[in-house]
Amino acid sequence: MAMKIGEKPFFDRVDDALEDGFMRNAMAKAQDGLRGRKLNATVGDEQIGDWEEWRSAGEEIRRHTLENLDFYLDQLSENFARQGGHVYFAETAEDATRYIQEVAKKKNAKKITKAKSMVTEEIGLNEALEEIGCEVYETDLAEYILQIDDHDRPSHIVVPSLHKNKEQIRDTFRDKANYTGTSEPRELTAFARSQLRETFMEADIGVTGCNFAVAESGTISLVTNEGNANMVTTFPETQITVMGMERLVPTWNELDVMINLLSRSAVGQKITTYVTNLTPQLEEDSIDAPKEFHLVILDAGRSNALGTEFQSALHCIRCAACVNVCPVYRHIGGHAYGSIYQGPIGAVLSPILGGYEEYGELPYASSLCAACTEACPVKIPLHEHLIKHRENYVEKIGMTGEKMAMKTFGIGVSSPALFKLAVKGMPAVLGPLVKDNSITSGPGPMKLWTSVRKFPAPGKDNFRNWFNDRAKGRE
Amino acid sequence: MTAGTIHNKDQFLNKITSQLGSERNRQAGLPEWQHRPQLDVFSGASVNELAAAFKKNSLEKSTFVVNTDRTNLAEALQEVIKKYGGGQVVASKDSRFGEFGLDAVLDNGETHIWDINRGLENIEIAKKANIGLFISDAALAESGTIVQFNDKDIARSISLLPTVYVAIVPKSTIVPRMTQVVQAVHQSVEEGNNLATCINFISGPSNSADIEMNIVIGVHGPVEAVHVIVEDL
Ligand code: SF4
Repeated sequence: MAMKIGEKPFFDRVDDALEDGFMRNAMAKAQDGLRGRKLNATVGDEQIGDWEEWRSAGEEIRRHTLENLDFYLDQLSENFARQGGHVYFAETAEDATRYIQEVAKKKNAKKITKAKSMVTEEIGLNEALEEIGCEVYETDLAEYILQIDDHDRPSHIVVPSLHKNKEQIRDTFRDKANYTGTSEPRELTAFARSQLRETFMEADIGVTGCNFAVAESGTISLVTNEGNANMVTTFPETQITVMGMERLVPTWNELDVMINLLSRSAVGQKITTYVTNLTPQLEEDSIDAPKEFHLVILDAGRSNALGTEFQSALHCIRCAACVNVCPVYRHIGGHAYGSIYQGPIGAVLSPILGGYEEYGELPYASSLCAACTEACPVKIPLHEHLIKHRENYVEKIGMTGEKMAMKTFGIGVSSPALFKLAVKGMPAVLGPLVKDNSITSGPGPMKLWTSVRKFPAPGKDNFRNWFNDRAKGRE
Repeated sequence: MTAGTIHNKDQFLNKITSQLGSERNRQAGLPEWQHRPQLDVFSGASVNELAAAFKKNSLEKSTFVVNTDRTNLAEALQEVIKKYGGGQVVASKDSRFGEFGLDAVLDNGETHIWDINRGLENIEIAKKANIGLFISDAALAESGTIVQFNDKDIARSISLLPTVYVAIVPKSTIVPRMTQVVQAVHQSVEEGNNLATCINFISGPSNSADIEMNIVIGVHGPVEAVHVIVEDL
């Protein structure tokens, strides 16, 4: 499935990542930057009062919405269609892409512009559209960079090109698009602007994801900064929006709270430059609005979490705040997760959507320090979900203790000293495996953890100290 | 209006209902929310305090701000247009321009007023325009945001395609934050009204931090932005 990136097993990917010094520095720098901005715009912004209150508000809204998901999806679809829009409920990724292919064929579409959307990445939409002869243009700057670099993989859910530095971007632009300028971000950005300007106007179909849909009015809300989502939804005759089925709110009043949580947590802004709310009022004789509007609502494994202990994982608003505080992500980067969803939420969500067979190891990519849970604007108990996944994984695979360690991690560690260090560093991971001290050498994720020299001890306080020290530049 | 289509709804929703262990076709019923911090932001602030916060937060988002009153608005606007290089202006079709005494400013060879009868030519003009001019429908003090209820006359292109957007912000329309705008929208939905096809919250020029986290101003939308706050009370 398109959610999966790369073919190597998890710990091989981790090894690759640890050898990539630039990538690790980039991740660390970006994490510090994003985390700092978020703190300024949340607990640090007196203007909005108590951030904890906002988190509680977000949590209660998400809980109520998910508990009544069938009701609100019904309402959303009726309101969207009443105003002339078309709604397609897609059980699987294949259902969704097939429907979108049909629309594209019917419209005889050649050029398709897209605004950033992890969900279209998840269903492999670009490949599906290219298969039927369409040209697909990613227009979000980060996605554009990845696309012209022979479809490189995303490494972060908010900034997918985080692993690339400006020199690499310059070289890619030069090699693939005849760019002749410098590595100055301003110049690189201006180049992307000029390259895409006409494409926006020529596109037959504009495709977007959906940050939130509003059930009471059949509205799609997009939270962006670059203006590309506005271009994509303003000029093509047909708009197709793909939304994960959980991404909705009951009314506009709840939308307000969610937008505030998302803008501040994802990019540390009081509000993103654009919050664009689109309702299919299609009879109007507007010149610069789509004439046809399709909404594809996707399950693709999400319903696996409903009614289970993982239901609150669907409360996620994809802000990446958990990713930006995760010490494991910091060291292994986004690609090591092998999923388009990385970091703590990726480790929780990927096994739900893609199964334990493929993603059962990901919940071990955590020190269980709970920084993710504390950062989450809608209070998802991420580290508890990770523990539960581990339990399920052990149960499902039918193994315990040493056997599981051997099998799961499949990496030999020959040195008892390394092993000890690893165990000391990772009690939460290895606790159950070493209870009887029966593992004296060999298996485990220990190689991983011991290769990570600067890895913080996993205790919560230790982690905080470590992170605070880092923030003060005292590492 | 011709209604659209809905595919696979029942099958899809029945599965969700059964996973939730619930019953289809019940009313969800919104609860009394226990946490509503949004209501406290700038509560009790005066119009002047809101306007000051709007200005401060606009500046923070790299937006140039001008304060003026009704009498001096025309002149102030002409100065802004000059300062930003003049050239082609594209403006929304909005009767409020007349109410603000701006018809004379707009009546020149360089200003195109959006006219649906001229079809796609409007977009061609907007694409080449240096300045997009419109009156904001509401403004948010908390974030220096202007709000547009776009329709066929208050076209989306005007705040999007030109190099600079210039928004006239009547001081009376500045509210604490998004909360007050969504309350009005919610009420309108409850009353059964149709919504504007695009309700756009815009806070300054387009930007991106995708390259090594450096903030670059001016990506696909405008490169510069101006908020002209007008005393209208
Ligand atoms: S789990 Fe929470 S912190 Fe992580 S991306 Fe989702 S909403 Fe953000």
